[in-house]
Amino acid sequence: MDTAFLPPELLRMLIAALFVVTVVFVNALFMVYAERKIAGHIQRRPGPYEVGWHGILQTLVDGIKLMTKELVIPRDANRMLFRVAPLLAFTPVVMPFLVLPFSENLTIIDMNIGLIFILAMASLNVMAILVAGWSSNNKYGLFGAMRSVAQNIAYEIPILLSLLSVVLITNSFSMRTIVEAQISGLWFCLLQPLAFIIYLIAALAETNRAPFDMPEAESELTAGFHTEYSGMGFGLFFLGEYTNMFIVSSVAVAVFLGGWSGLPLPMDAWTGAFWFLLKVYILMFIMIWVRWTYPRVRFDQLMNLSWKYLIPFALLNLIVTAVIVKL
Amino acid sequence: MSGYFSDLYHGTKSLLVGLGVTFKEMLKPTVTVHYPRETLTITPNYRGHIELVSDEKTGGSLCITCGMCARACPSACISIHSEKPEGSKKKILTGFELDFTRCSLCGICVESCPTDAIAYSQEYNLAGYSREEFHMDLLGRLGKGGGSLT
Repeated sequence: MDTAFLPPELLRMLIAALFVVTVVFVNALFMVYAERKIAGHIQRRPGPYEVGWHGILQTLVDGIKLMTKELVIPRDANRMLFRVAPLLAFTPVVMPFLVLPFSENLTIIDMNIGLIFILAMASLNVMAILVAGWSSNNKYGLFGAMRSVAQNIAYEIPILLSLLSVVLITNSFSMRTIVEAQISGLWFCLLQPLAFIIYLIAALAETNRAPFDMPEAESELTAGFHTEYSGMGFGLFFLGEYTNMFIVSSVAVAVFLGGWSGLPLPMDAWTGAFWFLLKVYILMFIMIWVRWTYPRVRFDQLMNLSWKYLIPFALLNLIVTAVIVKL
Repeated sequence: MSGYFSDLYHGTKSLLVGLGVTFKEMLKPTVTVHYPRETLTITPNYRGHIELVSDEKTGGSLCITCGMCARACPSACISIHSEKPEGSKKKILTGFELDFTRCSLCGICVESCPTDAIAYSQEYNLAGYSREEFHMDLLGRLGKGGGSLT
């Protein structure tokens, strides 16, 4: 190949961008189908069944329907912010893919601040929800947005604290270093079980999924912050939500469940991604399972759980870890 | 602080029990029916619209045209036509019409019938494009599968 025309670094960027977009869309297609199927079977019904074999094409058809629909903008809405919000919800959840360590060679960039980068991007999601709820000029939208902000402030702290106790052990924010520390030693879910559980609970709240789906809360707020969104505006929020699930699960896998490590496969440096994705989808299955088991928590219960249980325990865990590491 | 740790313990335990329940339910077979292709057998107690019962001997209706059902009907949705042929002692039924758009499915007609000539049908797939489709000619339906429903 003419390297002057297409330098390897540019090629790498193009492949990475293509890869990220593919993963985002395929993941959303698959997860929506899986969610509806699992929800169906938990409620003893078959779930989507008519479009394609066992309804396998259902989400594809739904996606096409969403894309062909009109994006209705309410008359009193703030037009610019209303348009920007879905993009703002979608972009930050795509960014963390840059530093996710799928396998030894399948990492787009290995930043030395990888974990902080992911957390920074993940917290931007709240901004999008606030902008969406605010610009809709709709009381349900505003309620949903406000709830989301309060909830995310409460739950970002336990996430940071639980991840910090792992960082104290590895002495690095780089995702690759964290995974490699687990390959040579124990997985951190065994070393830091409390941090792992706290992370899982807080991550569930961070993705705004049931039982922590206060911002959407169908039965109270019609659809919360995306009440006024139709067509692909809503589609992007939806895509963002499922990608966010993927991101928080990936972080859990990389930080607590040994990343790409597993039984040896041929071409380990590449195929380790199989183990990574397997663990990610097991975690996502648990998230779906939890959603269809528990009712939505009340707002005071939500705050109690975070401030009275998760944060004190995460702090305790952090202090104990710090003392042990120092010794 | 009282109850802090017991809340934690009992809460966690009940959450895990809940997860166990849904996981077990997920592995069981589904209980719903794929409607257009599969249908449930309707219970004999089902109260559909009324249908004339066919006489097993003659194949005609059991109706003696007494008009009790039409008089008992609170919505006045039954109309009976009959005539008395020359030389016959009995009236014979020439038309039995049900205006199902007004029927409230109360069942008083079925109860009032002295010869048990009316029964509930088990048809529940009722949809149409005009209200005239529900002005039913029950005598015409008799013998076309309608009357065999008892």
